[in-house]
Amino acid sequence: MSTPANAPTNEPHETPWPLWEVFVRSSRGLSHVHAGSLHAPDAAMALRNARDLYTRRNEGVSIWVVPADAISSSDPDSKGSFFESPQGKDYRHATYYTKSEGVKHL
Amino acid sequence: MASQNLQSVPAELSPEELEREQAGQAYFDRIISEDSRIEPRDWMPEAYRKTLLRQISQHAHSEIIGMQPEANWITRAPSLKRKAILMAKVQDEAGHGLYLYSAAETLGQSRDKMMEDLIAGKARYSSIFNYPAVSWADMGAIGWLVDGAAICNQVPLCRASYGPYGRAMVRICKEESFHQRQGFEILLELSNGTPAQKQMAQDAVNRWYAPALMMFGPPDDDSPNSKQSMAWNIKRFSNDELRSRFVGMMVEQVKVLGLTLPDQDIRFNEETKKWEHGPLDWNEFKDVLAGKGPCNAQRLERRREAHDDGAWVREAAAEYARKQAEKEFAA
Ligand SMILES: [Fe+2]
Ligand SMILES: [Fe+2]
Ligand SMILES: [Fe+2]
Repeated sequence: MSTPANAPTNEPHETPWPLWEVFVRSSRGLSHVHAGSLHAPDAAMALRNARDLYTRRNEGVSIWVVPADAISSSDPDSKGSFFESPQGKDYRHATYYTKSEGVKHL
Repeated sequence: MASQNLQSVPAELSPEELEREQAGQAYFDRIISEDSRIEPRDWMPEAYRKTLLRQISQHAHSEIIGMQPEANWITRAPSLKRKAILMAKVQDEAGHGLYLYSAAETLGQSRDKMMEDLIAGKARYSSIFNYPAVSWADMGAIGWLVDGAAICNQVPLCRASYGPYGRAMVRICKEESFHQRQGFEILLELSNGTPAQKQMAQDAVNRWYAPALMMFGPPDDDSPNSKQSMAWNIKRFSNDELRSRFVGMMVEQVKVLGLTLPDQDIRFNEETKKWEHGPLDWNEFKDVLAGKGPCNAQRLERRREAHDDGAWVREAAAEYARKQAEKEFAA
């Protein structure tokens, strides 16, 4: 990343800290849910920063931090084909089976 | 504010590129018309990306600069309780800035670049924070009026079409209501105090009222970008609409405070069913935005100082991380 010519830095440009994605478990029994992201030099400091940034009001009992570049994601351009398989497979849903309507406990 | 990561669309597109652009645009248009959300890796028009990047980074800068008028009073808070509350509020504002920088980063701008732009005076932030906080009562007026106006503005932004922005706003809005209430309480206490304290509260409301109203931005007929922002579902209500709602709420709340708003022209228009207010000095607004407000220079100078003073912390953290990694490697 280049520094603009008129950037107000007399010190050598500091290397940016890596980006971490933060996941917070709000209470026991629930999954960790993505809360946001932050920058930190390492995992230990990312955890501390995440605590200060995302749990100032008891929003969590556990935090995960993951280096953002370690996350692979499905390509948004392939939306159609990638998620095509379930289409037309209504029989995977209970609502597909209507003949049992009215039968108790089924 | 151009980003080095923003690729301008080349003048000549190959047939494949053109097809991709058109498919992207069609997909984008459909998402917007369904009032669904755009996510970072989706195709989006360059203008949409730039508009969002400008708006979100300016919002982030506002939260960061916005810490200053109140931080100024932490050491002079009248009680330990008030001091703790004020520190919690200022800490929240820092958090809001960080949530928003994160959201802006998903649009391809590095955080360091945004910080640099702010420090270099190249980025804008809300004009309100260039007014001085001269008495303790200003802590009340800022919480009640400034955070109040911010809430009014921000609640509809929770539904902004850009996913990361909307999610940041949800988090922020949850925290803001405490900000407004603590400000209201400060004013209420002063208003029920000695005549001098009540006068101090009234004086603060008098000074912050008009600047708070101007936080909603220029009048609709002088806000050229609003229309496009509304078409993109970034903005849900016009500046004047939100301002009028805010006036309607304040007019009731000020009665509970036992104070008055410094505006003789407030009235409910039965025909339009909207609250109206007196004229605002839009030249002052433009001057403050252009850097000629009472505190612009001071705010930027303080931000620069804080950044420089923090250099050793950043260096130490980086060095600590390096040593820890070395240790782990050796073990
Ligand atoms: Fe805030
Ligand atoms: Fe705000
Ligand atoms: Fe606030």
